[in-house]
Amino acid sequence: MADSTARSHLDRPDILAHVIIWIGIAITAFPIWVAFVASTVSNQSIAQAPMPLLPGSLGWQVYSDVLGVGGNNRTVGTPVALMMWNSFVMAMIIAVGKIVISLMSAYAIVFFRVPFRNVLFWMIFVTLMLPVEVRIIPTLKVVTDLGMLNTMAGLTIPLIASATATLLFRQFFLTIPDELVEAAKMDNAGPVKFFFDVVIPLSTTTIAALFVILFIYGWNQYLWPLLITTDQSMTTIVIGITKMIDTSGGPTDWNRVMATAILTLLPPVMVVVLLQKWFVKGLVETEK
Amino acid sequence: MADVSLTNVRKVYAGNVEAVKGVSFDIPDGGFCVLVGPSGCGKSTLLRMVAGLEAITSGECRIGARVVNEVEPADRDIAMVFQNYALYPHMSVYENMAYGLRNRGTPKDEIDRRVKEAAGILAIESFLDRKPRALSGGQRQRVAMGRAIVRKPQVFLFDEPLSNLDAKLRVQMRVEIKKLQRALGVTSIYVTHDQVEAMTLSDKLVVMSNGRVEQMGVPNEVYRKPASKFVATFIGSPPMNIAKGVVRGPGAVAVGDVVLPVSDMAADLKPGDAIEVGLRPEDLIVRGDGSLTMQVDFIEELGATQLFHGTLGGAHLVIQAASGLVPSESKTLNLAIDPAKVHLFDVGTGARRGR
Repeated sequence: MADSTARSHLDRPDILAHVIIWIGIAITAFPIWVAFVASTVSNQSIAQAPMPLLPGSLGWQVYSDVLGVGGNNRTVGTPVALMMWNSFVMAMIIAVGKIVISLMSAYAIVFFRVPFRNVLFWMIFVTLMLPVEVRIIPTLKVVTDLGMLNTMAGLTIPLIASATATLLFRQFFLTIPDELVEAAKMDNAGPVKFFFDVVIPLSTTTIAALFVILFIYGWNQYLWPLLITTDQSMTTIVIGITKMIDTSGGPTDWNRVMATAILTLLPPVMVVVLLQKWFVKGLVETEK
Repeated sequence: MADVSLTNVRKVYAGNVEAVKGVSFDIPDGGFCVLVGPSGCGKSTLLRMVAGLEAITSGECRIGARVVNEVEPADRDIAMVFQNYALYPHMSVYENMAYGLRNRGTPKDEIDRRVKEAAGILAIESFLDRKPRALSGGQRQRVAMGRAIVRKPQVFLFDEPLSNLDAKLRVQMRVEIKKLQRALGVTSIYVTHDQVEAMTLSDKLVVMSNGRVEQMGVPNEVYRKPASKFVATFIGSPPMNIAKGVVRGPGAVAVGDVVLPVSDMAADLKPGDAIEVGLRPEDLIVRGDGSLTMQVDFIEELGATQLFHGTLGGAHLVIQAASGLVPSESKTLNLAIDPAKVHLFDVGTGARRGR
């Protein structure tokens, strides 16, 4: 008896927790499910109320149209495959670029006694208050004058400098014990060797966590690509989705839009799934 | 192999804080020198200056025939063992030991030979493939020493290498370090705040306080003839008893109403001069016919020995004696003392007032 009451005492909160989790999952996942269903049925079915909640049979057709052709003939004609490639390259350059620059600047700030080290650090830190949206007009002017409109360089370089990542690496580097630096000095490892042989291997989990965050940040960029890319061949996927919606009042191919939305979700999801082990480690790990 | 010599070495930090105030000593080739002192006495700073991790403000540090003041740590031909081991967490034990050699362009087979050899000496062959985090404190300590040994340096530097270990392991590693140093014959400098480590390991003991050398010499000599009250109370456990006294005449001092004979007494001390009298706990011998009588407050039982806490001539004393000599309910003890083992110190400066 005593045993069973003890058990039920433990079981009840457990079930309750599961119910709450499942409700949460349902709320989060339902719109995505609706988008998926919408991408597999005809536009007429979407327009009818109630909209079907089970996938239709048009899925293959819609997805292959979208990947190869893009929107319908009244909207953009850029194939989704190309736009996804553009987005992927942009997100990769931004994520990798930010990590490389931040690693190096944090290394300089933490391990070297440069004059005005703290001033330099605060100058980097202060740029947190100047995100792209705030400095967008001057940045656009500079990029235009440099002739980088409609180029990958123009798309990515202004987004690469990162105070957040520098700050994160700085905090991590500060936890590396001084003795380790001194042991490396004894072992004849100069600054560059120490950077590659010790600092970077120790930072892998932090790098992985940042890569996930920064890749998604790059992938989701909207305002900057909207300004900088006018050529259809440079359009990114996030811009592409909105361009597929006919704003002039004509009918929109909602199944194509939804298919594109589902495809747009995939790369960030892949990155999270593949790197999640390191991602979690990098955010919670304190043991050195 | 090489000798090490420091000449008037000083370290002044920003803000005019003088951490090391002019220290000079020589360590012969193959010698084991221990720097001991309370925290903040400058012993670690001194070691780090020898290592090249701190700049020398003035003075000269020589290793062998070479003045190394301006030489990079890696080029000083030294190896250092750190308090927290400072092993590279992402490298295996083997890589940790090989890293310094690889950076010096030692051929692969030579590295392999040396690492295996060092691992054999330290009995760590079975964990060469493990990462440091999979090792216990004692094993990490061995790896840290292995990393020093493989380099075959001219000088070993130890910065409190045993203070992160538990008491039992510390005793064991202490013996091993001593054996290893003897076997390899490498000149060593060892920093510690533990006077037992200092006494047992060194063949040259340097006691430091406040950035200065208080006394240096063979451990036993430092113990038997402490140059100052500081050294007297720092070296030895339980520490030397210090009692306020008055000079009675040549060869006699009084603590309260108890007169003690002294053989080692400075000639210029006059009757009536205030003095501090130092008595080692084990130098007061418990004897039935002893002329001194101590009132016992309580007894600490240590197994092999007992510590008697009590008063003699109004001064608080601790006496150490073999267990079983006295019934534990004793309220008084008769004590005798060798006049040669009464130490006198200046009340103001704490300097030894012997001949």
